[in-house]
Amino acid sequence: MKPPTEIETAVAAENNPVAGIDQTKGDFQYKVDYAFDAGTGLNEDTVRYISTVKKEEPWLLDFRLKALKTFLDKPMPTHWATKDLENINFDKIRYYLSQGQKPKRTWDEVPDDIKKTFERLGIPEQERKFLAGVEAQFDSEAAYSNIKEIVAKQGVIFCNSTEGLREHPEIFRKFFGKVIPTGDNKFSALNSAVFSGGSFIYVPPGVKVAQPLQAYFRINAENFGQFERTLIIADEGAEVVYMEGCTAPKFSTSTLHSAVVELVALKGAKIQYITVQNWANNVFNLVTKRGVAHEEAEIKWIDCNIGSRLTMKYPGVVLKGRKARGEVISIALANDGQHQDTGAKMIHAADETTSNIVAKSISVGQGRSTYRGVVHIPKHLKGCKNNTECDALLINTNSRTDTYPAITVRGDRNSVQHEASVSKVSEEQIFYMQQRGLTEGQAMSLSVNGFINDLARQFPMEYSVELKRLIDLEMEGSVG
Amino acid sequence: MSQLVIKDLHISIGEKSIVKGFNLTIKPGEVHAVMGPNGTGKSTLAKAIAGHPDYTITGGDVLLDGKSVLAMEPDERARTGLFLAFQYPSEIPGVSIANFLRAAVQARMAEGEELDATGYYKRLYAKMDLLKIDRKFTSRAVNDGFSGGEKKRCEILQMAMLEPKIALMDETDSGLDIDALRIVAEGVNSIRAAANPPGILLITHYQRLLDYIVPDFVHVMYAGRIVKSGDKSLALELEAKGYDWVKKEFAAATA
Ligand SMILES: Nc1ncnc2c1ncn2[C@@H]1O[C@H](COP(=O)(O)OP(=O)(O)OP(=O)(O)O)[C@@H](O)[C@H]1O
Ligand SMILES: [Mg+2]
Repeated sequence: MKPPTEIETAVAAENNPVAGIDQTKGDFQYKVDYAFDAGTGLNEDTVRYISTVKKEEPWLLDFRLKALKTFLDKPMPTHWATKDLENINFDKIRYYLSQGQKPKRTWDEVPDDIKKTFERLGIPEQERKFLAGVEAQFDSEAAYSNIKEIVAKQGVIFCNSTEGLREHPEIFRKFFGKVIPTGDNKFSALNSAVFSGGSFIYVPPGVKVAQPLQAYFRINAENFGQFERTLIIADEGAEVVYMEGCTAPKFSTSTLHSAVVELVALKGAKIQYITVQNWANNVFNLVTKRGVAHEEAEIKWIDCNIGSRLTMKYPGVVLKGRKARGEVISIALANDGQHQDTGAKMIHAADETTSNIVAKSISVGQGRSTYRGVVHIPKHLKGCKNNTECDALLINTNSRTDTYPAITVRGDRNSVQHEASVSKVSEEQIFYMQQRGLTEGQAMSLSVNGFINDLARQFPMEYSVELKRLIDLEMEGSVG
Repeated sequence: MSQLVIKDLHISIGEKSIVKGFNLTIKPGEVHAVMGPNGTGKSTLAKAIAGHPDYTITGGDVLLDGKSVLAMEPDERARTGLFLAFQYPSEIPGVSIANFLRAAVQARMAEGEELDATGYYKRLYAKMDLLKIDRKFTSRAVNDGFSGGEKKRCEILQMAMLEPKIALMDETDSGLDIDALRIVAEGVNSIRAAANPPGILLITHYQRLLDYIVPDFVHVMYAGRIVKSGDKSLALELEAKGYDWVKKEFAAATA
């Protein structure tokens, strides 16, 4: 099937005004002058430029250069992943763009051209309403970063990775690159070479951050690569919820987003990490996310992928201490021209650890979803439990869904449970809903929302409303 | 005046012609029972009028309030006032009855108009009480895991909430136990007794339903058209004699 022509799209937008603002409220761009620009393409000089601009210590430059070598040496993982990866042209990407390295503490200080963007995305408003802190990254650097005073007074650190390195090296270096080593995969190596931005969070022992901390990642420039690096440490008994959102304007050329996110939950700590990914459909989103849960700690990833051209992301938890718990709740929506290759990894490394994976994917039109899961429980452990549930919903016969669950459980003192289902939104179901007065688009989005209903309920209120809105837009846009 | 005019309607599925010249006019408040042997095209008629994509109208017209509905999408027909109580209602996992009906009610409102949630729930609960449906059902997913009888009651609940101009009821009585049959019939009768009662096309196999919902007309459908019309006594006659005599008469007439 041919992609719709511009006229067809415009006509569809006429008939369905909502389709016009699809992809979604993020599709706009203001002109910005960048003071710092590493140019196009990637070599040692690019890496040196980034490190110099950031005034980094020699060990970090060394770390980056080694990572670059690892990146160049590693082959593309196309022996198991999609060939579409070969369409990324690393020589045509811009690896660092910023107006400066120091984020502003108030929105008033943020330069107008950048502030307009975040205001249009509603970030300052959300911050006032329900957040404990916000970091707003624009291309390579955070333009704004602030934490509510009451939270800062509890000793909570929330800043970007550059500041984290500079101001809290003793904590940063201890955990940085330990959960996800440089050579974990080709893209973690790339990130390690050129990373910039991302959040650094430290929550002191026993501190429970009442409201979520949020980061918003915005790509503004064409042919750009965003490589943020996030490190979150919850000290013993601490609790924190972190949410991230992301958008980019739709360009005709492809954009790369390749983040590395490391979480450390020390004894009895709880980290919840929520993502609502809504990149434009030209973004390659290749992200490595993993957490280590120590004794009785809990890490929960809520990972929601709606946008991008190709997403490859398998949030993981290493269950390192006794009675640690890990959970991945994954929702993926693949519309025409998209491939959501998502999943979860649970590495059990201590007795009585439990993990839970619930993955739901929706494939529409030519959209493709893939679930990949790894659950590993070695033989010497006892009392470990895993529950995996993968459900796929297909919205027309062209949609494709694949499931690759790899569950290695050795020994007989552990238990696993695995369920998978594939269902379809049938013509009869859509007709039934239309007969009650709903348009085809409304009917589909109701079906999809019904399908993920039990998962969406686990989101904080504001995010589940946002999720529903995004799904409505996607589904409305996918008919006609 | 809301009336439905079905004019010389011909319907096929693929190459196969099913309904062949169906004529009927339903005036507001009237109940027309349609009976007929299995496979004669009753459900086809109802679904095609509602705009089901599987069926092709090859001739004739369907007019609601004098306007043809045939060019309209199914949802537009529904919002114009056509309601179909399905013989086999679909399940919608994860979507509660309350949310579903709310979306349907909202779809009938002008753009920008907000649904009054309190008023909506009041109305919903009143209709549920009338149909003796437990309040717990509002949070259950539409038809998901419902018993046959529960599904049928849920259809009538939707009909009561959406207040159509014309209701096509396809074997709403099948699968109902004796008590449920009476409750559903009472529900329909109360809809009939309301200020602006809809015209009803009632497809059924059993005379028993017609003891509760007394029809103004009874039609026998055979081979894709109405072959005989009468009043309530026709249903009793069919009950006593079966369809053979109708078939014979039809064969003689078309021979
Ligand atoms: N989607 C379809 N595809 C193919 N044939 C169909 C389809 N729907 C109906 N038919 C056929 O059309 C004919 C009429 O079916 P229909 O369901 O309208 O009959 P009915 O009068 O409602 O029967 P019943 O009393 O058993 O409900 C039957 O022969 C049936 O097999
Ligand atoms: Mg039938």
